[in-house]
Amino acid sequence: MRQFFAFVEKEFYHIFRDRATMLIILLMPVVQVLIFGFAITTDIRNTSIAVYDQDRSEESRDLLSHITSGPYFRVEQEVREPEEFDEIFKKGKIKLILVFPPDFSETLAENRTAQIQLITDACNPNEANIINSYIQNIAARYALSLDKGSVESVYVEPVARMMYNPQLKSAYTFVPGVIGLVLMLICTLMTSVSMVRERELGTMESLLVAPSKPFHLIFAKTVPYFVISVFNLAVIILLSLFAFDVPIRGNFGLLAGASLTYIFTSLCLGIFISTVSKTQQIAMIISLIGLMLPTVLLSGLMFPISSMPPVLQGISYILPARWFIDMARAIMIKGLGFGSIWMQWTILGGMAVVFLGASVRGFKIRLN
Amino acid sequence: MAMFRKKALLLRERAALEVLRKGYVIEVEDLTKKFGDFTAVDHISFRVKKGEIFGFIGANGAGKTTAIRMLCGLHRPTSGKGQVAGFDINTQQEDIKRHIGYMSQKFALFNDLKVWENIRLFAGIYGVEEKKIALKTDEILERLGFTDQKNTLVGQLSLGWKQKLAFSVAILHDPEIVFLDEPTGGVDPLTRRKFWELIYEAVNRGITVFVTTHYMDEAEYCNRVCMMVDGKIEQLDSPENLRRKFGVETMEEVFTIVAQKAQRTDD
Repeated sequence: MRQFFAFVEKEFYHIFRDRATMLIILLMPVVQVLIFGFAITTDIRNTSIAVYDQDRSEESRDLLSHITSGPYFRVEQEVREPEEFDEIFKKGKIKLILVFPPDFSETLAENRTAQIQLITDACNPNEANIINSYIQNIAARYALSLDKGSVESVYVEPVARMMYNPQLKSAYTFVPGVIGLVLMLICTLMTSVSMVRERELGTMESLLVAPSKPFHLIFAKTVPYFVISVFNLAVIILLSLFAFDVPIRGNFGLLAGASLTYIFTSLCLGIFISTVSKTQQIAMIISLIGLMLPTVLLSGLMFPISSMPPVLQGISYILPARWFIDMARAIMIKGLGFGSIWMQWTILGGMAVVFLGASVRGFKIRLN
Repeated sequence: MAMFRKKALLLRERAALEVLRKGYVIEVEDLTKKFGDFTAVDHISFRVKKGEIFGFIGANGAGKTTAIRMLCGLHRPTSGKGQVAGFDINTQQEDIKRHIGYMSQKFALFNDLKVWENIRLFAGIYGVEEKKIALKTDEILERLGFTDQKNTLVGQLSLGWKQKLAFSVAILHDPEIVFLDEPTGGVDPLTRRKFWELIYEAVNRGITVFVTTHYMDEAEYCNRVCMMVDGKIEQLDSPENLRRKFGVETMEEVFTIVAQKAQRTDD
């Protein structure tokens, strides 16, 4: 035990004396939450549009004011000629041009279906789709409001209710994801690199020639990162509670338990990577490309897993982050209890056991 | 369970003492290490007496470091047998580790730890009791005349001081033998002489010293030297006997004659 504490002390010195790394580790979660929260948002706000109004009637202006009254669209420009369309899109600022045909008000007056044209910059298809559907929604509502008097037509009016996240805030999905990402980065990357660094510096030699127990050596490496991860977890949760109003609807203890399990699994994975990599570069590459990239793309952090091809879905099963993000969303956003996350929990725990077992077996007491 | 282990440990210690009673702290026979097709150490056999300074001399790539690492339990021998501090090098390397000190060619302390923190770490690894660690630290620093540098980061020390400190840490647990792998690489002759004063002090305390070097002035300080060429032992005798045998004045000349046989180039 004395040996174990001696190692833990040493690891803390290593980390706290490396100011630059320390700063990065502590600031990274804040920066990531802010980036995901403010920059990579899928909400459509303040989108610039242009209008080519060939009708110039009360009705066309009425519809336009419906569109611009919300926080979503702003008319940036009036278009005079269709020839200008190309130029406008090339400048890139305007994402959509709304075209009213010359007979717009006339058609409406005759109680027939009038058309408007939406010309969208589809360089970013996701965004284009969302913009389109927002405007279609507004136009449909406008059409209904015109229809008060008539009794002949029958409509099915869908009344949508968004469960768990009525305002469709993207923060609700990304906060659990960012927790998963940051913890993985700190636990796995930092642990694996610190172990291999020791081998490269030659200090591992002095530790191995002393009667060091591999178990002590390995576990001592993980203790400081565990502490830092818990701190970061708290920072992210506080930030998302107060800056993004993300709720924790479920049991807080449950969330903490799930997070600690995930941290432990990530640490074990980091140790495992360090036992299979010869140099710091290799450890870094495995962690970043082999792990971070799939975690960002495939864990459900940004894109829904269910719409991925089966092969990629298969890969997502082996990412610890996938299971954690699942659990965190269930607990934080849906407020579910242990009954609905036990499977993910067990899988994470199982992964930890496998990684740890493989590492202790693979750790070399001798140098060759 | 714990009692069982303790008893087994005591029995192994007793067997080791029995082995040491013959007067040799290291005995190896036909020790060989191959890396693939390359034979780094080729059937070496020698014995080291308790309390002697045993020098291991050879050009770069002659197999010194590999040999020393096998003795310390860092490399598994390909073949051959032997004992270090009374324990079998093939099966009891964990026992060996408790009874030896080792200072490697690469600087082996932690640069981002302070002087006292390094001492404390290694004392902790060897299981020295909390109360004794502080005493031990003061004792070491006093012996080195280094008390005022207690709180300096090791990375800021000069190479000479680092080496002296690393040596003191390597013998902090009063080992049977201390292995020094080119301990004085890259420092001036005066600093080297001071380092050797520390070595003699350790010998006076009953520690056997096994040292590799390629400085021939250091070879003169050893009781016996073993010259390695291409993984084999070419000569093994006291410096005086070797000089007489080759009819030359200095170890430098002895080494030049012996090392000419080398086929291997540097690494």
